[in-house]
Amino acid sequence: MVAQRKMASTRQTYGETLIEIADSYPDIVVLGGDLNVSVFTHLWRDKYPERFFDFGPAEQNLIGVGAGMAASGKTPFVSTFSVFGVGRPFDQLRVLVSQGNLNVKLVCTHAGILTGEDGMSAHGIEDLSLICSLPSFTVVSPADSVETVQAVKTAAGTDGPFYIRLSRAATPVVHDEDYRFELGKAEQVRDGSDVTIFATGVMVSVSLDAAELLEQEGVQARVINIHTLKPVDEGAIVAAAGETGAVVSAEEHYFHGGLGSIVAQVVGQNVPVPVEMVALQGYSESARAEELMIKCGLTADKVKEAALKAISRKP
Amino acid sequence: MAGTGQDFKTCWELIVTDMMGSAASTKGQKHSIPEMQAIARELRRDIIQTIYTAGSGHPGGSLSELEILIALYFHVMNHDAANPRWPDRDRFILSKGHASPGFYAVLAKAGYFPREELATYRQLNSRIQGHAHPMTPGVEMNSGSLGMGLSFALGCALAARLDGKKYNVYALLGDGECDEGEIWEAAMSAAHHNATNLVAIVDRNRIQNDRFTDDVMRLEPLRRKWQDFGWRVYEIDGHSLDELVATLEKARRGRTKPTAIIANTVKGKGVSFMENNPGFHGRAPNAEEFAKAMEELA
Repeated sequence: MVAQRKMASTRQTYGETLIEIADSYPDIVVLGGDLNVSVFTHLWRDKYPERFFDFGPAEQNLIGVGAGMAASGKTPFVSTFSVFGVGRPFDQLRVLVSQGNLNVKLVCTHAGILTGEDGMSAHGIEDLSLICSLPSFTVVSPADSVETVQAVKTAAGTDGPFYIRLSRAATPVVHDEDYRFELGKAEQVRDGSDVTIFATGVMVSVSLDAAELLEQEGVQARVINIHTLKPVDEGAIVAAAGETGAVVSAEEHYFHGGLGSIVAQVVGQNVPVPVEMVALQGYSESARAEELMIKCGLTADKVKEAALKAISRKP
Repeated sequence: MAGTGQDFKTCWELIVTDMMGSAASTKGQKHSIPEMQAIARELRRDIIQTIYTAGSGHPGGSLSELEILIALYFHVMNHDAANPRWPDRDRFILSKGHASPGFYAVLAKAGYFPREELATYRQLNSRIQGHAHPMTPGVEMNSGSLGMGLSFALGCALAARLDGKKYNVYALLGDGECDEGEIWEAAMSAAHHNATNLVAIVDRNRIQNDRFTDDVMRLEPLRRKWQDFGWRVYEIDGHSLDELVATLEKARRGRTKPTAIIANTVKGKGVSFMENNPGFHGRAPNAEEFAKAMEELA
């Protein structure tokens, strides 16, 4: 049996964290696009109306205004769904924010298939690929609500463009309250010597479950949380890949351009060992989040299978 | 001389004293209309020289926007070339970033960087890029993709309000650029958020990249569009420094809405064969055309 973990909403945590840091960061302004209840920035809107601006579902303008505010000394937290915040205004993110290297904090919820019933157009399965292609951005995909709190605080206190990826559905909490997030530094959440599972977001929890299943078969899996996809902790990837000799990547994102691509790139350049990828293979459909996770193969069983396959490919 | 900075070097040595004089005096100084007309005559030559030296660039829109920029930088705006990041400065956002040669000529004349740097336009290791980027002193926003400047300017305008600052924000848009949906997203939201310190100026030269705006995408009734989006609108001759100064000064007073100024201009203004010629939106003159243009602008 795998561990039962407490569930918590990362998007609610985001909204609450902003309120918590409002006084410490007087330059923070919050910008929204008519989805503020869904992304929990309505908490801020109601408490700090003078530091809140709604632009409706007009995301090109939303990002453009955020860039202008950042250039004028503000720290804009811009929030909407990942499909609307990354895909729709990609050129504004590229030209204004990335090429201008401006202090815009893009925090998007409803990433991936955990968005569920709204269906494929609402599933942000390409956001990491898109945003990681922009040179100036720091990209964080928290594993749970505990990490979300600290990622948001870190973004507020760190100059430069940020993207933080959150979910619609509540997700399992894998961290204790005394956990300390360190930007750009991968976190080993479980030790093991036979294979390393690099995971991000909700797949950290799934991969811990997979490691327990593997242990029952006598396989010791190391699990590493890659919360910062960019700049990625290359040293941690190289070390773990070298020490365990086989790796798996696990992400709730399209297989192209996300964590799997990043891990394969680092491993291929430094310490070529077998790499298996657990990721989405294409678009999904309308259904409950947990049903989609099973149908799309984002389960502990599938991660276990990938780990065994990677191990079997060791020379 | 083609393709070298030699002409510039010579010009630079001749006018260095004059330029340094301007650089020391931009903050708060209001140049007279005849002084600004003389600056326009001088900078038209700089624009042609810059683009010819680079071998590429956008002369048409640089020549159409010139008086607008001169009115802003030599009369209307509070700015300080010696302190480009002065927090209380009025902001100018060039949204039509391809018209950078006109912008650079004005910035150099105002003292933001040495005029001889115009010879490095579009060259390796230059800080004056093909499309305006904030690596250039005096440039606020990266550009080159149309439609973004009004949103950015609105962000600056709202930040001024949050900080209790009195500065104004000016965004210069191309008329072809108004095809971009983001312009109208920004227009709607600027009125909604009562950004009364925001002024949009449309360089209405009636030509976009390929053809006349009427052929590519009909914009009229343009004045009515801005009005219906909740803006106070003025329509003027965009080459008349009298009208520009009077209207831009009016835009600072009695404000309950953001202000749009439709500045009717002539694309390629001042060079007979470039005027109203879509062919000179985005190409440099050849040696023969360069000589003829400089002769006309002498």
